[in-house]
Amino acid sequence: MSQVLVVTSGKGGVGKTTSTAAIGAALALSGQRVAVVDFDVGLRNLDLVMGAERRVVYDLINVVQGEAKLQQALIRDKRLDTLYVLPASQTRDKDALTEEGVARVMEELRSHFDWVVCDSPAGIERGAMLAMRHADVAIVVTNPEVSSVRDSDRIIGMLDSKTVKAEKGEYMEKHLLLTRYDAARAERGQMLKVEDVLEILSIPLLGIIPESEAVLNASNVGCPVTLVDTDSAPARAYLDAARRLEGDTIPMVVPTERRGFMSKLFGRRAA
Amino acid sequence: MTIFSFFKPSRSSAPVARDRLQILLQHERVTAGASDLIAKLREEILGVIARHVDIPADKVQVKMQRGDAVSTLEVEIELPNPIRQRRKEGAEAAA
Repeated sequence: MSQVLVVTSGKGGVGKTTSTAAIGAALALSGQRVAVVDFDVGLRNLDLVMGAERRVVYDLINVVQGEAKLQQALIRDKRLDTLYVLPASQTRDKDALTEEGVARVMEELRSHFDWVVCDSPAGIERGAMLAMRHADVAIVVTNPEVSSVRDSDRIIGMLDSKTVKAEKGEYMEKHLLLTRYDAARAERGQMLKVEDVLEILSIPLLGIIPESEAVLNASNVGCPVTLVDTDSAPARAYLDAARRLEGDTIPMVVPTERRGFMSKLFGRRAA
Repeated sequence: MTIFSFFKPSRSSAPVARDRLQILLQHERVTAGASDLIAKLREEILGVIARHVDIPADKVQVKMQRGDAVSTLEVEIELPNPIRQRRKEGAEAAA
């Protein structure tokens, strides 16, 4: 059965696109058919993070407007045969995304893929609303920082009222993905702890992604972190999160970098 | 930063963040829910009145005052003079 997953947050820069790419790739690694869809019209970046920026011909708006077929706009990943990217338009206006058009494209994507992962734009405007509109499951990406937690709370309220599922009176499944977490700083009382954020937002935890150099390295080379540096702490955290989405029970840990003795002695701390 | 700051225990700001968020969100959840409620009430009240009287949409005001024990709902409806009552369709057909 196909699942539509929205990756959303309200606040910008918390890691929606990184998480979309990482989780999309992690799901595709187990052989499932996955489409990652960029809803950030005018500021597309998922193509760049996935390393597909030079292969964009048609985009989501072309498909929504009926100017291109879905198959023409989907870009197959170079590393995984079952992973596809549907880029957003860079030049068109977000108003070109019509409610009916998006509904039709989502229906078509559902018929071809096991997972449709929608990368939401920041904010609570039309683009963000359309990205979450048809979702069955939501990942709320949150940084352990006050403004991000507040915006996540707002987005959770919208997931419970503005989605098709919520309007039908059904329960909207939501998961918290805590990103850029620094366990040491949280321990010293300098950063909100996992438990604090969970208590405030009260939605189940999908994963804790530690702050790490590996994330920037991955976006530098245009490859999801779960494919390029699979042994890094964030990659392992994302791989676990993807398995939890599939229904596996995996103990929740904050992965740490695996470092040798010498680098422990002389290594630099990440960020 | 002096050499002495190394020995001072670092100030923990996270509990402050948690408390501020808890207070803020408690408030915001209520107001967000209420503004939805007010919009709905306003729309329905306007609908009922518009069935009988010609009324511009902006002449119905709904406000909520939140108190500790009770909250009050203030509904202000301005009917422009002369009051133009809508006739029932049946009556119109008979006329």
